[in-house]
Amino acid sequence: MKEKLIEKVLLVIACSAIAIIFLIFLFIFIEGLPVFVKTGVIRFIFSSNWAPTKGNFGILPMIIGSILVTFGALVIGILFGLACAILLACFAPKGVTRVLKPLIELLAGIPSVVYGFIGVVVLIPIIRNTLGGPGFSVLAASVILGIMISPTIIAVSLDALRAVPLAYKEGSLALGATQWQTVYQILIPAAKSGIIAGIILGMGRAVGETMAVIMIAGNSLKIPRSPLDPVRTLTSNIALEMGYASGMHQEALFACGVVLFIIIMILNTLALLTIGRRNG
Amino acid sequence: MANQSFRIPPILNQRIAQVLLWLATIITLLVLFFIIIFILIRGLRVINFDFLFSLPLHMGKAGGIVSPIIGTIYLTALAIILATPLGVGSAIYLTEYTKENIFTKIIRFGADCLAGIPSIIFGLFGFILFVIKLRMGWSILSGGLTLAFMILPTIIRTSEEAIKAVPTAYREVSTALGGSKWQTVSRVVIPVALPGILTGVILSIGRCIAETACVIFTAGSSLRIPTSIFDSSRTLAVHFYILTREGISMERAYGTAVILILAIILVNFLAYWIMYRFIRRMGGYVG
Amino acid sequence: MSVKIQIENYHFYYANQQVLKGINLTINANEIFSIIGPAHSGKTTLLRSINRMNNEPNSRAEGKIYLDGKDVNTIDENILRRRVGMIFATPIPIPATIFNNVAYGPRLKGIKSLAHLRNIVEKSLRAAYLWEEVKDRLSDSALRLSGGQQQRLCIARALAVEPEVLMMDEPCSGLDPISTAKIEEALQHLKKEYTIILVTNNTKQAARVADTIAFFLSGELIETGPPEVIFTRPKDKRTDDYISGRMG
Repeated sequence: MKEKLIEKVLLVIACSAIAIIFLIFLFIFIEGLPVFVKTGVIRFIFSSNWAPTKGNFGILPMIIGSILVTFGALVIGILFGLACAILLACFAPKGVTRVLKPLIELLAGIPSVVYGFIGVVVLIPIIRNTLGGPGFSVLAASVILGIMISPTIIAVSLDALRAVPLAYKEGSLALGATQWQTVYQILIPAAKSGIIAGIILGMGRAVGETMAVIMIAGNSLKIPRSPLDPVRTLTSNIALEMGYASGMHQEALFACGVVLFIIIMILNTLALLTIGRRNG
Repeated sequence: MANQSFRIPPILNQRIAQVLLWLATIITLLVLFFIIIFILIRGLRVINFDFLFSLPLHMGKAGGIVSPIIGTIYLTALAIILATPLGVGSAIYLTEYTKENIFTKIIRFGADCLAGIPSIIFGLFGFILFVIKLRMGWSILSGGLTLAFMILPTIIRTSEEAIKAVPTAYREVSTALGGSKWQTVSRVVIPVALPGILTGVILSIGRCIAETACVIFTAGSSLRIPTSIFDSSRTLAVHFYILTREGISMERAYGTAVILILAIILVNFLAYWIMYRFIRRMGGYVG
Repeated sequence: MSVKIQIENYHFYYANQQVLKGINLTINANEIFSIIGPAHSGKTTLLRSINRMNNEPNSRAEGKIYLDGKDVNTIDENILRRRVGMIFATPIPIPATIFNNVAYGPRLKGIKSLAHLRNIVEKSLRAAYLWEEVKDRLSDSALRLSGGQQQRLCIARALAVEPEVLMMDEPCSGLDPISTAKIEEALQHLKKEYTIILVTNNTKQAARVADTIAFFLSGELIETGPPEVIFTRPKDKRTDDYISGRMG
C-alpha cells in the first residue's frame, strides 16, 4: 500500500539523518580520545606547553584565550546590543523598528572574514596607534567579535521584549510608572529568559568564531597578560595547524575540537533550559 | 530602595536612560552600517561585467572572479540538494509519524547541539573523513558533503518547528474527512508549514555562502572553473580571505566582498519575501 | 425506521478515569438525535468513538459500536470517517479558498475532474445554505468568512464526501442567533438524506430540532426519549434538574 511505502521511505530518511548526527559526534570524540588518554585530561587542559612537534599538548593558553575573547565580546555585545534592542522595542517608533530589524538580521549573515578584514584594516591601526602594542590583540578580537554577535543579541532580545504581553506594560503605566521604570522593572524581567537565550546564542557564536579571530588576534602561544597582548583561541588553534598536522598532532587538534564541543554543548543546554523554563 | 537623602527623580532617570540608550544604539548602528558602506564604497568601482565573468589571473591579482562564483554556486547547491530532503523528511517523520518519547528528545538535543557547533569543527571533520580517509581529496564533493552535514541539523530543527506550529485542528479536519496519514501530511501540514521550512533552507543557503573555515579545508582553493565534483574549487569567501591574507589585491578583495554581501542581501530578502507572501496569500493553495 | 448506529455496553477509559460508563443506545436512520448534558459528560468522547478518532495513548475501550450492523472496528478507518462525517465546535476552515475547502474531501477520494468538483461544491454549499452567499467568490480565502458562514462551510465540506451520518459537536456555540437559525433550518432539510447526531449544550435548541434526545451525565447515559417526554415528564430526576437549570 502506498501509505506503508511512504512511511518506510520517511523512516529510512530519518534514520539516515540520525546516523549522520551520531557519526559526527562519534568521529570527533573517537579521533580526539587517544590524546586525552596519552597526555591525560588534566595535563591537556591545564598545561601551557603547546609544542606539537615535541609531543607536548597543553591547551591552557588557548582555553584562556577563548575565555578572554568571548568575555570581552559579550561585554561589548550585551552593552550595545541589549541597549539597541531595548530602544527599538520600547522607545523607537514602530516604523523605524520595522525597517531596522531586517537590516540587523542581515548583518548577522555577513561573512566573518569580512568582519575580520575590517578589523585588520580599520581597528588594528587605531589600537596600535592610540594604545600601543602590536594591535593584534585580545582587545581587537573582543571588539570585532562583540560587533559580530550584537546583531544576534539584538534580534533575539528584540523578539523577547516584543513578546511580553501588552497588558504588563499598560498595567504598569496605568499605575503611574514612567516608561523607563516600566521597561526596567517589568518588561526586562519578563523577557529575561528570551534575552538570556539570545546572549547565550551570541556567546556560542563568539566561542566558535574562527576566521575573524585568526585575522586579528595575533595567534601567539603565550597566555596574554594585558588586553593588548596577542592571543590564540581554541578555534584558531585548530584552523592554523590543521593544514600541516599529522598523526598525534592531528589527534590533538581533534581533542581541541572535543573540548570546544563540550563547552558549546554546555552553553546550548543552558540556552535550551532557559527557553524551556519560559515555555514550560 | 532604602531611604536616601539623594534620589534621582524617575523622570530624570528616564531622560538619562533614554540618552544612554540612544547613544548606544546610534553607535551600534553606525558601526554596523559603516562596515557595509566601507566595503561597498571601495568595492563597487571594481565591479563590472568583466570582473564578474572572467577568470582570476596571477593568483587573483588581476582578472575577475567567475571561478569563485561558480564554485560557490556548486558547493551551495550540492549541500542544499543533499541536506534538504534529508532534513525535511526526517522532520516530517519525527513529528508526524512518531510519538514524543525519549528518543525524539535525544535526537532533538543532538540536532540542537550540532546546529551550534562552530564550522571549524565541521571543517576538521570533513577534512579527516572525506578528504583524507575516504580519499575524495579537496573537492566539491568533500566540501559539499561537509556543508550538507553542517546545515542538516539546522534544517531539521527549523522544519520541525514549522511543522509543529501547524494547528492540530487542521490535521483533525483532514482525518475526519477520511484523509490518510500521508494525505493529511502532504495536503495540509506541509503546505501550511512550507514558509517556515523554506525560510530555514534559505537561511542555510546564506550560511553556506558565508562559510570559510569549513570550506577551505575541504574544497581546497583551486582557481580553475570546476568541471566535475571531484575538482577542487574556491568559494567567494575563501577567495576573499586568501586575497586579503596574502595581500594579493586589495581592490579585488573589496570587489569580492561586495558580491558576497549582495548575495547575502539577496538571500535574506528572499526569505522575508516568502514569509510575507505566504502570510498574505493564505487563500490560494491548491489542495 | 431502520437502525443506523447501535452502541452496546460501551466503556471508555482515559488515563485512569472512566469517561464513558456502559453506554447503550440506538440511533435510527434519518433522524436528528440530540445528545445533551453538562460539560465533561463524555458527549464528545462518544462522538469520537463512533468515527474512531479517539486515538490517544493511555486510552482503552470496551463494548461495541455498530454502523448498519457492522462493527466499526472492522470498517477501514478512512472509509468509516467518510461515511460518518464530523463537524467540530469551532469552525476550522483550512487556510485555502472556499472552493478548495469544500473540494478537499472529494479530492482525497481521488476525484480530479474540475467539472465534477464544481458540481459537488455547488451541491454541498446549497445543502448547507451557504451557496447564495458565496457563489460569486469561491476563490476568496475561507478565512475571510464570518463565524457563522465558516461553520456552514464546514458543514458543506463534510457533506462533500457524501456521508451517511453527520455528527455535530456543539456546532452553534459562539454563533449569533441568525447563523444558528440558518444552521437549524439546514438540519431539518439535511435529515431527509442523512442521519444527524447533534451534541448541544443548548437545551432549547435540542427541543427545537431533535427527534430523539439523550441526556448524559458524568459519562453515563441517564435517559433517552422524544423531546415531549424529556422536557415535560422526564423519567429521571437528574434529567429534570438539568432541563430546568437546577444543575449544570
